[in-house]
Amino acid sequence: MAISKLLIANRGEIAVRIIRAAQALGIRTVQAHSMADADSLAVQLADEAVNIGPPHAAKSYLKVDAVLEAAKSSGADAVHPGYGFLSENAAFARAVEDAGLIFVGPKPETISRLGDKAAARAAAEAAGVPTVPGSEGLIDSVDAARDAAERIGYPVMIKASAGGGGRGIKIAENADELAKLVSQARSEAQAAFGDGSLYMEKLVRNARHIEVQVLGDGTDAVHCFERECSMQRRRQKVWEEAPSAALDDAKRQAICTSAVDLARSVGYRGAGTLEYLYDDASGEFYFIEMNTRIQVEHPVTEMITGIDLVQEMIRIAGGEKLRLKQDDIRLNGHAIECRINAEDPSNGFMPAPGTVERLVVPAADHVRFDTLLYEGYTIPPFYDSLLGKLIVHGPDRATAIDRMAAALDGLTIDGFKTTVALHKALARSADVRANAIHTQYLEPWLEAHPIPS
Amino acid sequence: MAEQIVSPLPGTFYRKPSPDEPNFKNEGDTVAVGDVIGLVEVMKTFNEVKADKAGTIASFVADNEEAVMAGQPLVELG
Repeated sequence: MAISKLLIANRGEIAVRIIRAAQALGIRTVQAHSMADADSLAVQLADEAVNIGPPHAAKSYLKVDAVLEAAKSSGADAVHPGYGFLSENAAFARAVEDAGLIFVGPKPETISRLGDKAAARAAAEAAGVPTVPGSEGLIDSVDAARDAAERIGYPVMIKASAGGGGRGIKIAENADELAKLVSQARSEAQAAFGDGSLYMEKLVRNARHIEVQVLGDGTDAVHCFERECSMQRRRQKVWEEAPSAALDDAKRQAICTSAVDLARSVGYRGAGTLEYLYDDASGEFYFIEMNTRIQVEHPVTEMITGIDLVQEMIRIAGGEKLRLKQDDIRLNGHAIECRINAEDPSNGFMPAPGTVERLVVPAADHVRFDTLLYEGYTIPPFYDSLLGKLIVHGPDRATAIDRMAAALDGLTIDGFKTTVALHKALARSADVRANAIHTQYLEPWLEAHPIPS
Repeated sequence: MAEQIVSPLPGTFYRKPSPDEPNFKNEGDTVAVGDVIGLVEVMKTFNEVKADKAGTIASFVADNEEAVMAGQPLVELG
């Protein structure tokens, strides 16, 4: 059943992006919005808008009943969840389907399965996709830890089962350290979390973050090559590229094929991304998790393949089979995306929302700016700080970096601080040019190279 | 006119450090310059609101979890 009217259950730049894709397909759009977003660009661009509640996301964008009611009252036949908010909430996807509507994304059971770390890891292993080597389950003695570490290879991370977000992790370089740290980690975990259980994982030093874009129709799946997002601050991606300059063709083929194997094995439907750690030193890659939604950085993939991923996911949700065969998908040149946030990089990345006094966007065939901004708009303080994404394409990486530097010079956002200054500094950095970066690179670099105000 | 402590930022005002903890300050409490009277959450970042004048809190003009604008009064000092 083809979709005729799509409800956008999201906000900001991705809502604008989804509206544009739907309009290109001749689909009418309904923007669900909070009270704080009544004057947003997405509301202005959509054919209709429905107020779903107060500014706080918990009372609007995260409220399943309110979003469903908006879909029903507006006569929409499908819901696009964007990223964040309810996009990876299996209960929401199920509620949409139970209401007789189309959820633009995978089946609810696929979201649940891939959203569970252990189940996703098991699915990857079953599909022959390498995962980060670790202890099989919990380690119950120092001897067991030592045996597991010999098998995994040092250095290893000792992690508290009840920890998370980087808490309760210790690193052992050898067997002596391991013996000491296991007992220490156990008593600390017991004290901190009331649960002393531990497990172990291989530590990949200076890992890169590489992720593969896939499209599936529930039966077949294809990949649209990889992105590299190693430039991160506090685990948030800052600067993204496609393809990864760290991979040669054989490695690219191996990692992308592994992603298709996993997507096929779970009957994946829609657009999805498999995230991997990549170890430059050994050339090994390890699956971490799969995101069952469109991602912020999807435009770099669109720039190198010419595929409109958001249109494709809407077509698939409408019941179409994959239109593209793997051989039809070609990698052309290099693309870079910079996330432009309302944050002050000269002051600890303090959020700095305000009113857009002046907006000048660079225009060229190889430049794209996906944004929620317009002149006179006041950024609401209730949501994340992403204002837009500046994306460039070039025949090769060096040209793409040059074009990004020029595009950043051509971008003017007056009225408040943004992260443009950070990206200008990165575009000038020799390490960025040499692609000598990893996921732990940016934070120490910022300590050593403060961004002037 | 009564003195006020205003929000330095637009965002969501919180009177307590976390939902399970008591309020930073209550009506009738005295405040010294630099005392934390609440938090303002801006784009998922929590910022302390510190008193820029001393006195006794006559009333809170902004409620817990209320959306506030920069410059909006939070507290009136008696």
